[in-house]
Amino acid sequence: MKHLRQDSFSPLTLGLFALVTAATLVFCVCTGSVSIPLSETVRVFARALSGRAQENTSAASIILNVRLPRVLCVLLTGSSLALCGASMQGLLKNSLADGSTLGVSTGASLGAALAIALGITLPGIPFAGTMVMAILFAFLSLIIILTLAYRLDYSLSTNTIILLGVIFSMFVSSILSLVITFASDKVKNIVFWTMGSLAGSSYLNALVLFLVLLICGTILLSLSRELNAFAIGESNARTIGVNVRRTKLIVLITVSVLIGVCVSIGGSIGFVGLVTPHMVRLITGPNHKRLMPACLFGGGTFLMLCDLVARVLLRPLELPIGVVTSLIGAVVFVVIYAKARR
Amino acid sequence: MMNELLNVQALSVRVPIRSGEKMRSAAETVAPVTGFRLRQTASSRTILDDVSFSLAPGEHLCIVGPNGAGKSTIVNSIAQSIAYTGRITYLGRDLKEYRSVQLARILGVLSQSHEISYSFSVRELVRMGRYAYTPTIFSPRPADDEEKIDEALALTGLSGIQDRSVLTLSGGELQRVFLAQLFAQDPQILVLDEPANHLDLQYQMQLFSLLEKWLAKDTVLARGDAAAAPAQAQRAIISVVHDLSLAMTFADRVLLLHEGRVRGFGTPKEVLNRENLESIYGMDVYSWMNRLLSNWQSE
Repeated sequence: MKHLRQDSFSPLTLGLFALVTAATLVFCVCTGSVSIPLSETVRVFARALSGRAQENTSAASIILNVRLPRVLCVLLTGSSLALCGASMQGLLKNSLADGSTLGVSTGASLGAALAIALGITLPGIPFAGTMVMAILFAFLSLIIILTLAYRLDYSLSTNTIILLGVIFSMFVSSILSLVITFASDKVKNIVFWTMGSLAGSSYLNALVLFLVLLICGTILLSLSRELNAFAIGESNARTIGVNVRRTKLIVLITVSVLIGVCVSIGGSIGFVGLVTPHMVRLITGPNHKRLMPACLFGGGTFLMLCDLVARVLLRPLELPIGVVTSLIGAVVFVVIYAKARR
Repeated sequence: MMNELLNVQALSVRVPIRSGEKMRSAAETVAPVTGFRLRQTASSRTILDDVSFSLAPGEHLCIVGPNGAGKSTIVNSIAQSIAYTGRITYLGRDLKEYRSVQLARILGVLSQSHEISYSFSVRELVRMGRYAYTPTIFSPRPADDEEKIDEALALTGLSGIQDRSVLTLSGGELQRVFLAQLFAQDPQILVLDEPANHLDLQYQMQLFSLLEKWLAKDTVLARGDAAAAPAQAQRAIISVVHDLSLAMTFADRVLLLHEGRVRGFGTPKEVLNRENLESIYGMDVYSWMNRLLSNWQSE
C-alpha cells in the first residue's frame, strides 16, 4: 500500500542528520579568529581520542581547551532550545511560542542572576544553585504567562500570547537590571543575560547540558504523538484519549528544566527555539515524530553556525551569540507573524 | 437501569461571571441547584440546572433547544472537559473513574468548530484517532490500524484527498475529516456537537444515513474483533442539532433544553409538540415548518 508510509524517520535519515551535524561541528572547531587546517584538527582529535599525549602546540590547546568545549556547549544548547521551541509550539498550538517570545528565558535569567547575587548555592555542586533557581523561575514564568493568557483569552490566540510575552519580558528585564545594578560585582553583565554567550564554556558545562538533554529530550521525544494531538487542539487531544493535564504538566516542567539549564550556562539566547522548528517544519512537515528529532540536529547545527558567525564576522572582536540569532530570528518572526495573520 | 448505556443524573454546571458581563436572562440569575445545595452567589451563573437523562443501546438521542440552552455544555460535560456536579455513568460506572484512553474507546466527541494551525495531512489527522489503541510508545500497534483508517476515509469520502494538507480544506471537508477521525477512533458512543454544521446538503444526508448504518448492528464499519466488544455494550449516538426537522426525522428520543433545564425528554413526537415548542421558541414552530415545506410539495 502506498500510504503505509512510516511517519517516523528511518535510521538512514537520522544517520544523515548526525553526519551533517558532526561535519558542522568539525568545521566550527577548525574555523575561528585563528584558522586551523582540517588536517591539524583531525590529528588533534585523533590523538585526544586515542589517549596519546598531545604535542604542545597552540593549535592543540586552542582546539581542545577553547573551541571544542565551546562548540559542544553551543551544539547542545541549540538542540535543547530547538526541542523546547518545537514542544511549546505544538503544546500551545501556536507557531510563535518559544522560550524567548514568551519571556521564559528572561524569567530564567532573573532566577539565575538572583541566585548569584544572593549567593544561593547547593552544597557540594558548584553551579547547581544557579541552575535550580533558573529552572524554578522558568517554570514560574510559564505558569504566570499561561495563567494570565487563559484568563484573558481562553483560546490562547497568538496575539494574546505574544503581547503577554512581551510585557512579561519587559517587566522581568527591568527587575533583572535592578538586580544586576545592586550586585554588579558578582553578576555577569546584562548583555550576557539578554544576548547570551557560550565563550569560555567548559567540558563540565557540556557534560551537564548533555545529561539534561538526554533525559529531557527522551521525555519530549516520547511525547511526540501527544504533541501532535495538542497541535490539532487541546479538546481534540482529550477526545482521542490523551491525558491532557498530565501531558501538559510534563511538557511544561521538562521545557522549564531545559531552558533553565541552558540559560544558567549560556545566558538567554533568543529565537533559536522559534526559528529552528519553523525551518525544520518546511522539510519534515508538522508531524512531531519527524519534527522533534530533526529539531534536535537542526537546532544544534543552526546555533553552531550562528556562533561561528558571531566569532568570525568582526574578528578579532566577538559578537554575543544572541545578536546573530536575534537578527535572523526577528526577521523570521515577522515573516511567520505576517503569514499567520493572513 | 439495565438497559442503559449512559446515564446522566442531576447534571449541573455553573460558571463564574466575569466582571463587566451582563446577566443576560432571568434564568441565569436564579435557580438553586436541586439536591446539591450549592450556595447561590452573585458571581456565578447556572448554565445547566439539574439535567437528567439516559441513553439506551442502539439509540440516537438528539439534544435540541434554542441558542444558549446549554446543549454544548452537556457535550462538554460528557466529554469530561469542564467541571460539573452530578453523575454521568457508563454501564453504571462513573465516567470520572475511567482513564483517558479507556474513555476514548467508550465515547468520541465531534466538536462544533475546528481551527487548524499546522499543515498535517488528512490521513495524519485521521490516524490520530487511533491513539487510544496504542497509548504508549511501547505498546504494539494493532495490525488493523491502517485498515481502520482506510475504512474511515472511505466512509467519509476522503480517500481521494487523504494526502492533502488540512489547511487547504473547506469547512465541510474539515468537518468530514474530524468525523473520519472519530470513525477511526471507533468508540461505543458518538457525541456530536452540531454535526451537520458546514455540511452541504448531500453530505448532511450522507452523514445521517451513515450514522443510521453505524448504529445498526452489522455496520459497514464492522469491528475486526467482534469478541472484544461485550455483548451488552452496544453503540449509541448523542447529537446536538439545531435543525428541528433533523431531530424529528432521525432521533429515537429527544432531549429538549431551555435555559439550562430539561423541558422534555422522550420520543420526538411527544417532546417536539406544538405547545412545548411555542413556549420555548416564542413562535408557532409548526406553522413555520409547514410553510417552509409547503413550497416543496408543488411537484
